[in-house]
Amino acid sequence: MLSRRSTATVALVVLSLVMAACGGDSGTTPSASTPGATDDGAASPTTPASVPPVTIEGDLNVFGFAYETGDEIAKERLDYFRDNHPDVTVTVSESGFDDQQFLAALNSSSPPDAVNLPRIRIGTYIARGVLEPLDECVAQTGADMGVFYDAAVQQVTMDGQIYAFPEFLNTRAWILNNAAFEDAGISADDFDPSDWDAIAAANEELIVGSGTDLSRIGIDPKLPEFLPLWARANGVDLLSEDGMTSNLDDPAVAEAVEFGIGLIDAHGGYAPFKSFRDTWDFFGANNQVAADQVGGWPMEQWYYNVLASNSPDVDITVKPFMTREGEEIAYSDGNSWAIVAGTDNFAAACQLAFEATSAPAWERAARERADLREEAGTPNTGTFTANREADEIIFGEIVNLEDMPVFQAAVEEVVRLQESAFALPASPAGSEFITAMEAGVNEALTGAAPADALANADQDAQNAIDDAAN
Amino acid sequence: MTAQADHLPGKGRWSALQRRELGWALLFLAPWIFGFIVFTAGPMLWSFYLSFTNYDPLVESVDFLGLRNYERVLDDRRVHQSLINTVFVAVLYVPGTIVVGLFLASLLNRVGRAAGFFRTAFYLPNMTPAVAVGALFLLLLNGQQGLINQSLRGVGLPAPFWLEEGPWVKPGIVLMLLWSIGGTVVIYFAALRNVPVEQYEASRLDGATAWQQFLHITIPHISGAIFFTLIINTIYALQLFTEIYAMFFGQQQAQSAAAQSEALFYVVYLFQQAFQNFNMGYASAMAWLLFVVIVAITIIQVRVSRRFVYYEGE
Repeated sequence: MLSRRSTATVALVVLSLVMAACGGDSGTTPSASTPGATDDGAASPTTPASVPPVTIEGDLNVFGFAYETGDEIAKERLDYFRDNHPDVTVTVSESGFDDQQFLAALNSSSPPDAVNLPRIRIGTYIARGVLEPLDECVAQTGADMGVFYDAAVQQVTMDGQIYAFPEFLNTRAWILNNAAFEDAGISADDFDPSDWDAIAAANEELIVGSGTDLSRIGIDPKLPEFLPLWARANGVDLLSEDGMTSNLDDPAVAEAVEFGIGLIDAHGGYAPFKSFRDTWDFFGANNQVAADQVGGWPMEQWYYNVLASNSPDVDITVKPFMTREGEEIAYSDGNSWAIVAGTDNFAAACQLAFEATSAPAWERAARERADLREEAGTPNTGTFTANREADEIIFGEIVNLEDMPVFQAAVEEVVRLQESAFALPASPAGSEFITAMEAGVNEALTGAAPADALANADQDAQNAIDDAAN
Repeated sequence: MTAQADHLPGKGRWSALQRRELGWALLFLAPWIFGFIVFTAGPMLWSFYLSFTNYDPLVESVDFLGLRNYERVLDDRRVHQSLINTVFVAVLYVPGTIVVGLFLASLLNRVGRAAGFFRTAFYLPNMTPAVAVGALFLLLLNGQQGLINQSLRGVGLPAPFWLEEGPWVKPGIVLMLLWSIGGTVVIYFAALRNVPVEQYEASRLDGATAWQQFLHITIPHISGAIFFTLIINTIYALQLFTEIYAMFFGQQQAQSAAAQSEALFYVVYLFQQAFQNFNMGYASAMAWLLFVVIVAITIIQVRVSRRFVYYEGE
C-alpha cells in the first residue's frame, strides 16, 4: 500500500496530466491556434494528452500552388500560415498541379516539401511512395480529420492510411434553366432526376433545332467526365472501395452510357451536339443559360459564381442528382494538401498542410473575399471547402445572398448535399483509370457498342491498376 | 613524294602542322561535342537502356524486362491506332506542303518588289506559338460557327464537323498544319530565284510551253530544295505533338470524343505513357521504335532521291 506522501505525489502527477490535457493553448503545441481543438478547449480525439513541442522554421518549398497569381482564397490562407510562422520562408511554384512539372520538381536539387494536388490523382503518387502518411502530422498538429467531409477523406485514404488534408469540395448537382423549361412548356419544379424516362422526355421537349441548326441543347449528360455520377445513379460504383477493382464492364455502367448517348443522339448526333456546345460563352455574360442555349445539365457548384457575376438575372433551379430509387447523390472531388516523402522540413510542411485547410484560415480567406466582392459590387456565392466547420462559418456568417434568392437557394441546396457526397476512391492507378474510363465512353460516343467499348476500357484500367499495385 | 602528298591523311605520319590544326579544330568543336554527348547521345543511350526495363521515375527499383516492352509495343492497340493516325497525316501533309508551297513560291516569284511583304505574310504563321495555333484552329474548325465552315457554306460547299466527326478530324489537322507553310515557301522561293533565267529564254525560243518549262527546268533545278523539305517535313509530321495536344488533349472542355482516337498521334501517346502513367521504360521503347521508323523512311527517301534530285555541278 502506498504511503501518504507517495499517494500525494501520484495524485499530483495525475492532476497535472489531466490539467495539461484539458488546457487550451498549453504552449506545448507549436501553432498559435489549435483548430483541431473542440469548442470547450479539450483536445481533439486524435491529440495526445501532451504534444511534444515542434520547431516550425526554415525553408519550405511548395508545389502546385500559386500565390502571386492566385486569388484571395489562396493568398489569405498562405498569409495565415506565414503570420503564424514568421520563421518559415515559403516558396511556391506559382503554378497549378501538373504531373510532368511535379516529376521534374521531385528530381531537382530542391524537391518540394509539400504539394497541392487533385485528390483524384493522389492514389497514383501514394502507390509510388511519393507522399507521407499523415499519422505523424496529425499527432503534431492535433488535427481532427472528422471535421472534413467523409467523401473527401475517403478520397485521400488508401489501405486505411490518410495521406492528405482535403482542401475544396467540388460537388455536382443539376442546374436547370427555368426560362428554357418555361419556353418548352414544362416545369423545372416537376423535373424528377430519379426518373430517366422523364429526363429523356424533358430532353426532347427542351431541344431547339437539330444538326447544324441546333440552337438549344435539352439535357447535357456531361459524358464522359460525369460517368461516375450516372453509374452511381444506376446502382454501381466504377471502382471498388479499395480502388483495386475496375467495374467499368458492369452492365449497369453500359446502360448509363447508353442512356447518355440517347440524350445526345436526340440532338442529331454527337458531332452537332459537341460542336454547338463548344460555341458557348461559358464564362461570359452571354453564357449558355443567359442565352437560352441549354435546358439543364449537372455541374460543379463553382459555376454559380460565374452565373451570379456575369448574368445575375438568370433564373435557375438547382436540384440534387438522384439514383433511380430516389436517393440523393452528389459526385465530388477537389484538391488536397500532402507532404512529400523524404522532405527536409516535415514539421513546416505538415503545419502548412494542416493550417491551409483549417477553419480559421478558410474564414480569413472567405471574409477577405466577401469584403472585396462588396467593394466591387459583385456577388459572393461562397467558397465550398472540404472542412465542415469552415463551411458552417462561411455559409452561416459570411455569405449573404438575400438579394439574390435564386442563388441563395442554389447554394443552400449544395451545402445540404455535401454530406451525402461520394467520390472515386484512391487507386494506385487513379489517373490511368480516368483515362481508360474516358476512352471507353468516347469510343461509345463515336459509334462503338457501349458494352464492347467499356469492356476494353475495363481491361485497360484493370491492367493499369494491377501494374501499379505490383 | 611531293610536299603536298606529305600532308594527305593516310600517306604517312601527320605533320606537326596537321596535328596542331587538328588540335585547334577539336578545341573549337569541343563545346558542340560536349553538348551533343550530354544532351543528345547520352540521353539516347540511356533511353535505349531504359527501353529494356520497367523504369518508373518515382520508384527506386528497376527490373530488367528484356524485350517485353517492345513486344508490348507491337501488341498495344493504341500504338497501332496512333501510328495509323500519324502516318495518315504525314501522307496528306507532306505532299500538301510541297504542292501548296511550290504554288505560293511561284506566285511570290512573279510578284517582283512586293515579294518581301508577301514573304513576311506567308512566314508570320510560323512565328505563332504552336499552342496558340492549336487553340486558334479549335475556333476556326468549329462545325457550327467556325470561320472555315461559314465560308464553305457561303459558297454552297458541304461543311463537315472537322473536330467531332471521325473521318474529318485528320483532314482538319492537315488544314491547320498547312497554315504554317511559310518556312517551306521561303525555301522554295530562294531555290526558284537560283534557277538560271537563260534556260527559260532558250526553251521559250524552242517553243516550250509554261508547263514544259516548269516540268523540265524548274523542277529539276529546285529538286534539291524539294528533297530537303520532303525529309524535314516527313520527320516533323511523324513527330507531331504540340498543336495536337493543345487542341485535343489539354483542357477538359475542349476534348472531342472522336479526336481522342482519331487525333491520338504517336508522340502524344508516348507522352501520356511517359509523363502521365510514368511508364518511362515502355515510352522509351516507343521512342526507339519511332526512331527506327523515321530512319527507315529517310533511307528510302535518300535512295529514291538519287534518281530524281539534280545537283548543279554533277
